[in-house]
Amino acid sequence: MSPPPDPDEVLSAPLTIEYPFTRTTGPVVGAFLTGLREGVLVGIRAGDGRVIVPPVEFDPATGEDLTEIVEVGPAGTVVTAAWVATPHAKHPLGDPFAWALITLDGADTPLLHAVAAEGPGAVGPGTRVVPRWAAEREGHISDIACFVPEGSA
Amino acid sequence: MAEVTLPPSLRDVEPVRSVRTPARLDYQFTAGDATSRFLRNVARKRIVGQRAPGGRVYVPPRGADPELGQPTPEEVEVAQVGTVTSFCVVNLQFYGSVMEIPYVSALILLDGADLSIMHLIQEVPADEVRIGMRVEAVWRADAEVEPTLESITWFRPTGEPDDADVRIPGEDHGTGLGSWVGGVAPTAALVRNPRTGQGGPGGAT
Amino acid sequence: MRDVAVISVAQTRHRRRVRELNEVEMLMPAVHGALDQVGMTIDDIGFTCSGSTDYLAGVGFSFVSTLDAVGPWPPIQESHVEMDGAWALYEAWVKLQLGEVDTALVYSYAKSSPGDLPMVLTRQLDPVTVAPLWADSISLAALQAQALIDAGKATEAQMAEVAARSRAAALGNPHAQLAWDRPAAELLEAEPLVGPLRRHDCPPISDGAAAVVLAAGDAARERVERPAWIRGIDHRIESIHLGLRDLTVSESTRLAAQRAGVADGPVDVAELHAPFTHQELILRHALGLADDVAVNPSGGALAANPMMTAGLIRIGEVATRIAAGEADRGVAHATSGPCLQQNLVCVLEGEG
Repeated sequence: MSPPPDPDEVLSAPLTIEYPFTRTTGPVVGAFLTGLREGVLVGIRAGDGRVIVPPVEFDPATGEDLTEIVEVGPAGTVVTAAWVATPHAKHPLGDPFAWALITLDGADTPLLHAVAAEGPGAVGPGTRVVPRWAAEREGHISDIACFVPEGSA
Repeated sequence: MAEVTLPPSLRDVEPVRSVRTPARLDYQFTAGDATSRFLRNVARKRIVGQRAPGGRVYVPPRGADPELGQPTPEEVEVAQVGTVTSFCVVNLQFYGSVMEIPYVSALILLDGADLSIMHLIQEVPADEVRIGMRVEAVWRADAEVEPTLESITWFRPTGEPDDADVRIPGEDHGTGLGSWVGGVAPTAALVRNPRTGQGGPGGAT
Repeated sequence: MRDVAVISVAQTRHRRRVRELNEVEMLMPAVHGALDQVGMTIDDIGFTCSGSTDYLAGVGFSFVSTLDAVGPWPPIQESHVEMDGAWALYEAWVKLQLGEVDTALVYSYAKSSPGDLPMVLTRQLDPVTVAPLWADSISLAALQAQALIDAGKATEAQMAEVAARSRAAALGNPHAQLAWDRPAAELLEAEPLVGPLRRHDCPPISDGAAAVVLAAGDAARERVERPAWIRGIDHRIESIHLGLRDLTVSESTRLAAQRAGVADGPVDVAELHAPFTHQELILRHALGLADDVAVNPSGGALAANPMMTAGLIRIGEVATRIAAGEADRGVAHATSGPCLQQNLVCVLEGEG
């Protein structure tokens, strides 16, 4: 048999895989998504009193059922941010932006989302941010188009 | 799960019960050596497999003998006629299919090959297709032949007499554990080991 | 507990893009290399276990077709984990502990090049609240690095030192994909990729494969002069919710290290699966490694990071050094998931 082909001569073809999933949410995650559709942010109270956002069904320490949905935010404080200079086409924002872990007012654990800001210096630990809601909302994490520094909305 | 209690803002609204989470991932699939060779030959209207050290000819080749776990270094052209080793009549319209139902999807053992390929059988009523039937490849027009197995539009009967002693690939090396052969209960001795030559019908035990 | 050892290790030369081979063709040299080195065939193997994920190349159930590389006839005892091969090795180790088999083959492979790896890896995130944002693996690692910097536990200069040291060490690793010798100070002049991470802080995207043979007791002693005995092995996982974790520490690694007995003796060599530079700093701390421990003499995952394989390679690298008499006791670590979510720690020794 002749030697292996030059890598450039190997046949290749585009392959697209699409997973058209629709997931049932259950009451806890459903409440979070209902809130997003209504423009309200919620978390859940854990056994130790902490408020976890997004809400989880089970206590992360004890595994007990959690049931008390509580309203938080909508403003929050950035805990950590990372600056994306060249966004990917799949990212929530087309212009350079920050990923941030944001602790919403009244919450004890941070939520991951995108923050639209002037530059890497405009968002960091302690930055106050508020959600910028999408024009049309259906109960989806992207109902929050992004967060923006308070006062710039 | 216990009932959740909602804040006042969410008490009187229709709850969200499901969420769309579609995901699309784009790849550039590369065929590797064995499949590239196979498809490039298809584009030249040749069906070329690979022979393993043990003698078996695999079509289409994957570059490895799945019994020996060894590379299959020798290229071998096989015939474009073969024997139906099994088939099914498809009466369901599958999503994305352009086939008119009913149609026949068959396993075809090409002469000179030790592995059946799967393809369509046409130019014969579906209820006349049978195991042992001799069939031949029908190619697209020359200008439309490309490096894809779809360059063979389908197989059709050759009109030759049926192969009365149709060989099912693999039958000579013993069936899988759990099968009965000739009324004999399945034992490891019925399975031929291609590396040691032990076991299997007619083999040392 | 039975004495179980790594007796053979093989890996491919890892590359950014292996086009001319399919997954079976790419895997075969690693599997055959590992078996041939100890004069074994699949007929001598009691149990086979592999690690891989179909999402990488977009080929469903590819782990079934890659079994062709092994020669699974007559039918073999086999299993697969959708995890790094280090977890496949753990499963094989458990099987050997049960006493039903004396030998095991473990392999893993990855063709990441057909897809968009950082985006493919978003499929391991929370499917409702995170994955739809397409928070890619580099972005999440950048958040972890920034948290570490903000906490005063690392500096960009220290991260650059990890990159410089690892890539220089990779110059001596024939399997490495990325190796160079450049001073850390020069690296810091580059623009951030996803701040604070620069390109040098990130692992290469790699296609490659690796295989390991395990044997118990005399089955190991009969075949090799100096088996690398597994003296402790443990793995732990943390929450899928990033907000519930302190990203500046690796509690799961600390616990796994404790259970595996890392501190029970001196450590001559440590191979840490830290795809991003700052993660080595987190892991050193979690494992309680002394400053003089030789960390990642192979260059680690910064030299080559075949997904689902780089963790198994860490165990292989430690075992290879023990077999060669270059080390008596070593620690190998493997990770999986975003920001060091899951961690496995394995302690290997050359004597006894």
